[in-house]
Amino acid sequence: MSPALIAMLPFIGALLPGLLIRSGRSVAATACGTTTFVALLGLLLHVPAIMRGEVITARFEWLPLIQLNANFRIDGLSLLFGILILGIGLLIITYARFYLSRHDSIGKFYTYLMLFQGAMVGIVLSDNILLLLVFWELTSLSSFLLIGYWRHLPAGRQGARMALTVTGMGGLAMIAGMLILGQIAGSYDISDILNAKEAIQASPHYTTALILILIGAFTKSAQFPFHFWLPHAMAAPTPVSAYLHSATMVKAGLFLMARLWPVLSGTAEWFWIVSIIGLITMTLGALIAVFKDDLKALLAFSTVSHLGLITMLLGFGTKDAAIAAVFHIINHATFKAALFMTAGIIDHETGTRSIARLGGLRKLMPVTFLIGTVAALSMAGIPPLNGFLSKEMMLYEASHLEMARQVFMVVATIAALFSVCYSLRFIVQVFLGNERDDYPYHPHDPGFGMWAGPALLVVLVVLIGLFPNTMAGWLVDASASAVTGEVAHAHISLWHGVNAALIMSLIAIAGGAFLLGLHRPLLAAWDAAPRPEAKAIFDWFVLRCVFVGRAITAGLTNGSMPRALAFFTLTVLGAAGVAWLTGEAGPVTRPMLPVEPVPFVGWLMAIVATGCMVFFHRIRVLALVLVGIVGLITSIFFAYFSAPDLALTQISVEVVTVILLLLALNFLPKRTATETSSVHRGWDAFIATLAGLGFGALTYAMLRRDFAFPSISSYMLENSYKLGGGDNVVNVILVDFRGYDTFGEITVLGIAALAIFALTQTLLQGRSAKRLTNWVHDQRRAGDRHPLMLVIATRVILPISLVVGIYIFLRGHNQPGGGFIAGLVVAIALLMQYMASGYAWAQDRQGLPYHALIGAGVVAAGVTGIGAWFNGRPFLTSAYGYFKLPFLEEFELATAMGFDLGVFLCVVGAVMLALNSLSRIARKTGETVNKKPMDIDLSDEQPKEAN
Amino acid sequence: MEFLVASAIGATTAAGIYLILRLRTFAVVLGMTMLTYAINAFLFTTGRLVVNMPPILHGHGEVNVADYTDPLPQALVLTAIVISFGMTAVVVMMALGAFIEGGDDHINMPENDRIMPPLKTIDDPKQTEDETA
Repeated sequence: MSPALIAMLPFIGALLPGLLIRSGRSVAATACGTTTFVALLGLLLHVPAIMRGEVITARFEWLPLIQLNANFRIDGLSLLFGILILGIGLLIITYARFYLSRHDSIGKFYTYLMLFQGAMVGIVLSDNILLLLVFWELTSLSSFLLIGYWRHLPAGRQGARMALTVTGMGGLAMIAGMLILGQIAGSYDISDILNAKEAIQASPHYTTALILILIGAFTKSAQFPFHFWLPHAMAAPTPVSAYLHSATMVKAGLFLMARLWPVLSGTAEWFWIVSIIGLITMTLGALIAVFKDDLKALLAFSTVSHLGLITMLLGFGTKDAAIAAVFHIINHATFKAALFMTAGIIDHETGTRSIARLGGLRKLMPVTFLIGTVAALSMAGIPPLNGFLSKEMMLYEASHLEMARQVFMVVATIAALFSVCYSLRFIVQVFLGNERDDYPYHPHDPGFGMWAGPALLVVLVVLIGLFPNTMAGWLVDASASAVTGEVAHAHISLWHGVNAALIMSLIAIAGGAFLLGLHRPLLAAWDAAPRPEAKAIFDWFVLRCVFVGRAITAGLTNGSMPRALAFFTLTVLGAAGVAWLTGEAGPVTRPMLPVEPVPFVGWLMAIVATGCMVFFHRIRVLALVLVGIVGLITSIFFAYFSAPDLALTQISVEVVTVILLLLALNFLPKRTATETSSVHRGWDAFIATLAGLGFGALTYAMLRRDFAFPSISSYMLENSYKLGGGDNVVNVILVDFRGYDTFGEITVLGIAALAIFALTQTLLQGRSAKRLTNWVHDQRRAGDRHPLMLVIATRVILPISLVVGIYIFLRGHNQPGGGFIAGLVVAIALLMQYMASGYAWAQDRQGLPYHALIGAGVVAAGVTGIGAWFNGRPFLTSAYGYFKLPFLEEFELATAMGFDLGVFLCVVGAVMLALNSLSRIARKTGETVNKKPMDIDLSDEQPKEAN
Repeated sequence: MEFLVASAIGATTAAGIYLILRLRTFAVVLGMTMLTYAINAFLFTTGRLVVNMPPILHGHGEVNVADYTDPLPQALVLTAIVISFGMTAVVVMMALGAFIEGGDDHINMPENDRIMPPLKTIDDPKQTEDETA
């Protein structure tokens, strides 16, 4: 089976519970189990090839430009982790089916679990570090969902947040490290990186990359000082703890260190950082585990300790240590998953996980006792179980170090001693002792479905212990070879003769048993001793961050918009100033155009209008007229400087905007009161002047220089006719070259109009509707609301302006015009009817809803674009031809016209919908509807004077 | 001519910035309209000032690029003008809605609304015990 398919299968499996959960919980469980089993089978089929030393790969290009490709590989290391993830996953799926109660939504659980499984399989099968990072982040997210699965429990939510924060931040560091690594190696493929050891270790960025990657690995694998999240993640349901926190997720960090071992290890930095952190974690985790009361917390800290052990072995950097590390990964996964499931069984059957309330379960739960005891003895490192073998190998490696041997020997022995102590404690204080009569539930052994999984693992624990080479030797060899990059052969045996490791082991066992004897007084001392509480520190830190964040936010935006905008303007000015001072502008190359008299007058009008506008802005109608003047001059400006299309667009938009603002002003106050002090206004004027000077200077500097880079416009000019079939290059760019942009833009315009419609809908209901119905206008209204001359004139003009619109639309491809301008012209023609003859009269005579026009426009543009697919061309490729109809001149028909029609419809719909919405508000205020086209308002009631 | 264009754009910008720093919605809307003119004109001038050379092809033979002004900024600004209309319309509608709903056209948040709610990011430990119990 292709590696890509193996990685895909769990994701496919994640879809099944949602589809099948109605058929029952067992069906959902079976479906997930089956996909997992198929994936596992597919992986195992590759075993013979991998044993021959082959590497199975599958490569798909995804984003080749940034070298992010879906490349997968299976070698010994991937095989080992794949078997662990899928094999234990299978057991967990069975176990969870019986563990979760009737009230838990099991479909959701299986979906999360399969998602997580897929992410883990993806990590171990990736042959591209960018792809690996994607899966890496996915494990953080899916484990967040799993840890917080019981979302009604605050502990679950907090644990999930903490895990996500810590592993997520580590993940960010790792992304940076991986990018550096990829840059050094010149490739993001793991196969290539593994061959670039010399280049990587010689690079000046090696240490940076190493530390960043290690932060990612350490956070994931709960290494000191990031170990604190793992015990809090134990708030998750036990199947999750057994899966994530024994066998898989926490091993992802180890996997990564093992994967990159050939290129990163062997340096002094690697040795000191990795092995010392591993040593500290191993000892500290074991020490805390000795005193934990919660069964799962004990196992969690023991996991921390064992992860530290494996990290330390990888840190040693020797081939034999790597073999020991790989072997311990297998052993730890078997006995720890079994122990977690045992803890879950005890919790499930007795109702408590507190060791203080347990004891004496030996006779009540004999099967659980047997499973738990064997697994715990293996964790303690008692022969002949598998935990003993790898622990002996660890101690042996520690006693054969070249550097700091004594330190490692002593501390490792102490850690092993603690480990023996908490393992024996698990047996003695839970199962042995007197039977009690105050368990929350009446305990008994669970059904077969629940103990089958851990039982199978315990059988493996014994078998690997007795026959290590037959049972696990092949897997250790294959994966150790993949880790070290050389052919590795493990010689695992129970009896090595009397050597340092054996003596250290004996000391640890005796010391551990002795320590357990003293447990009661020691526990009292431990509880009394002050020690830092990681959760409190973490919470304090998070709270500080939130406080700082809030302080910054409140400082910048305290609810005053002018203040925020002033900050924004000053920041932009500052940034632009720095850019101008530090950058280098090219030489002045363009001559000035001569000043003609007419443009000069235009300039004068613009300046005067702008100045008056600022000066008189409190008289709102006057300000609006002045804005209109500036807009008109802008359109003349466009016309003068060779942009006829822009001039037409600007002038028609201007009309629509002024009508819109006038309609709004109908309701708003007509004057603005002076509210600010002169100092305040002076300061605002200062900022505004600075901005104006800056922007003007920038424009002038730009206008006097030629293009810094060759413009791409020449391509458009040259190909406008050849490829787009149009002479009006601007229109061809809009509907053809940059058609996709235009498509997006008309969609945005449509959305804006719909947003206006929605706002109006809310205004026409509730409190504001009441205000509107009782609205008192602050101005006298004209007696003849529909002046005779205006009504007659607009009716005569309507057909003419519609024809003008069609004309502008049709010629748009070759002459100034097009969908945008035609749409605006037609919208204005319709608006005139509304203004002259009244809303109701006009609305009665037009049957099209404007929403539909917008929708039709977007669809028409989209369909035209899709039409190109049927010709085997990409989206929006246009075709055109010239046609001759009788009595008409030859004219052109291009598919781009269909697109332009969409633009046209959308613009008409959007403009009309926006202005219609305002009219609806006006009608709500009780404006009478005219029955006849030219009625005169004879109502006696005159509005009050404005006051 | 370049100086006239640049100074007009600068003046319009200054007016726009001054108006968006006012305290009432209508002035801010007008300010945004002024800024729109300035920015659209600026974007258009990135094609540099050229008189009497509209980008409309004279014939269908070889195209002499030097005979035409830069069409690309024009195409971009054309859609920008229409989109700015959509934006103005939405902002006007919001201003109007706020006035009808709230009864005044102040742009700032009322003082009472500015007080941030107390931090509740960390779950109360007491509550934790209650729920787990």
